[in-house]
Amino acid sequence: MSDFPNPMIPLIDEDSQPFFEGCRRGELRVQRCAETGRLIFPPRPMSPWAPHTPPTWTTVSGRGRIWSFAVPHAPLLPPFHERAPYVVVAVALEEDPTVRLIGNLLAREGDPIEAIRPEAVRIGAPVRAIFEAIEGGITLPRWVLLG
Amino acid sequence: MLKDATAIVGIGETEFAKRLEPSEKALACRAILAALDDAGIAPGEVDGFASYTMETTDEVEIAKNIGAGDVTFFSQIHYGGGAGPGCVGHLAMAVATGQCRVGVAWRSRKRGSGQRPWAGAVQASANATWTRPYGLLRPVDEIAMLTRRYMHEYGATREHLANVALAVRRAANRNPRALMHEKSLTREQYMSARWICEPLCLFDNCLETDGALACVVVAAERARDCRQKPVYVHSFGQGLPQQHHTMVNYWCEDPLRGPAWTCAKQLYRHSEIRPEDVDVAQLYDAFTPLIPLSLEGYGFCQRGEGAAFTENGNLELGGRLPINTSGGGLSEAYVHGFNLINEGVRQLRGTSTSQVEGARTCLVTAGEGVPTSAMLLRSA
Repeated sequence: MSDFPNPMIPLIDEDSQPFFEGCRRGELRVQRCAETGRLIFPPRPMSPWAPHTPPTWTTVSGRGRIWSFAVPHAPLLPPFHERAPYVVVAVALEEDPTVRLIGNLLAREGDPIEAIRPEAVRIGAPVRAIFEAIEGGITLPRWVLLG
Repeated sequence: MLKDATAIVGIGETEFAKRLEPSEKALACRAILAALDDAGIAPGEVDGFASYTMETTDEVEIAKNIGAGDVTFFSQIHYGGGAGPGCVGHLAMAVATGQCRVGVAWRSRKRGSGQRPWAGAVQASANATWTRPYGLLRPVDEIAMLTRRYMHEYGATREHLANVALAVRRAANRNPRALMHEKSLTREQYMSARWICEPLCLFDNCLETDGALACVVVAAERARDCRQKPVYVHSFGQGLPQQHHTMVNYWCEDPLRGPAWTCAKQLYRHSEIRPEDVDVAQLYDAFTPLIPLSLEGYGFCQRGEGAAFTENGNLELGGRLPINTSGGGLSEAYVHGFNLINEGVRQLRGTSTSQVEGARTCLVTAGEGVPTSAMLLRSA
């Protein structure tokens, strides 16, 4: 299995690069339609609401609410196999709840993703983004409960 | 017009098992030859093909193995389990418009003994960049996220999902060809099964199967001279909704209103068969929650009522809408939903092992949660 790329490493291409650059700087960035002002996610070369005007990038508050969550159990791929079960959340952003970012919920900053118990997770709970440097110079957003 | 212009006149399949020795190519050819034999049509008459983009054997290989004639139409449909009825629909359009005369659709897959696609040596890409790095790796993980939200919004419970798993298992128990033919399933076993991805357990997931299936489509006039009772393709639709993101459909206005809704609109547009006229349905069941979502999308109940629809034995033989009467993907075989097509044909021939008395109309759907397809079949 060591020949397999680590699924925790995202593909950074010209569409996703500004998002991950934002994470490195501790900012949650998403695209915005330059004509309608609507948020666009996942990032792409065109705005579906104004395809002739290139989308811009904006930094959002990093606050949102848990829209749903799932708890994968093994068998999975490394490095997730060894860590399961863990909680994966979909977070609806405060600025636009139809943008639901997938991520991991942590009980405390610096915790491993498997530390939180599923019973502690509730749909609708407010969360905020923090950032965690993983391997290869890549930083991913994580989520912690607010309050 | 497509309506009743073509018919499925032959079906064929290999046996189903966790492991079969022949290659996917050999299995595909065997299923296709069985379907042609069922129809009473010689392989040399085949001039059209349709299959899935995920199919590993291409038309050239099939044609040279079975001894097809000069082929004038070939088509492949994307999105895995979303393709099934789409293959038949593309052939129906091709036959109805004169692009070919004898069309063969097929799917051959060794998912039982072969690779798990989600475990492949692929780096996160496109949509996966936004989900895999956080451990949402398998199709079941992606659907579990939608399922939890569905439960939250509509008060659906694991009891409802169990209703689906048990109804389909009972159909498999009556079908000697089903992998789960001899394995009964109780509600207690369902409730105590191991988790795959909460809130989904082992019995919410389809089987892992080796096998192949095929069917043959010809014009309605030709169908009347074939060996078997014709099963007409009454209507057909495909669906790719606005701002849809396949199984990770978390970035649109309404993730619980999936491709079935778009597909259904087209399916019923030219149809004389309404949801209330459907005698039996073969609904794509890679995961149990796809059934309530499909019941809503294809108009058998209102939005949010799909879970309640599974109550009172509604999905069982003798109920309001018997589904997946061969055992479906959950309990007969999981070959990307092609067994649902062949079972739809058997119902309208009157030869199912869970025969719905006097069935004259059948809905067959493909995967909800990916760009999808569906068809309404009818007997004469």
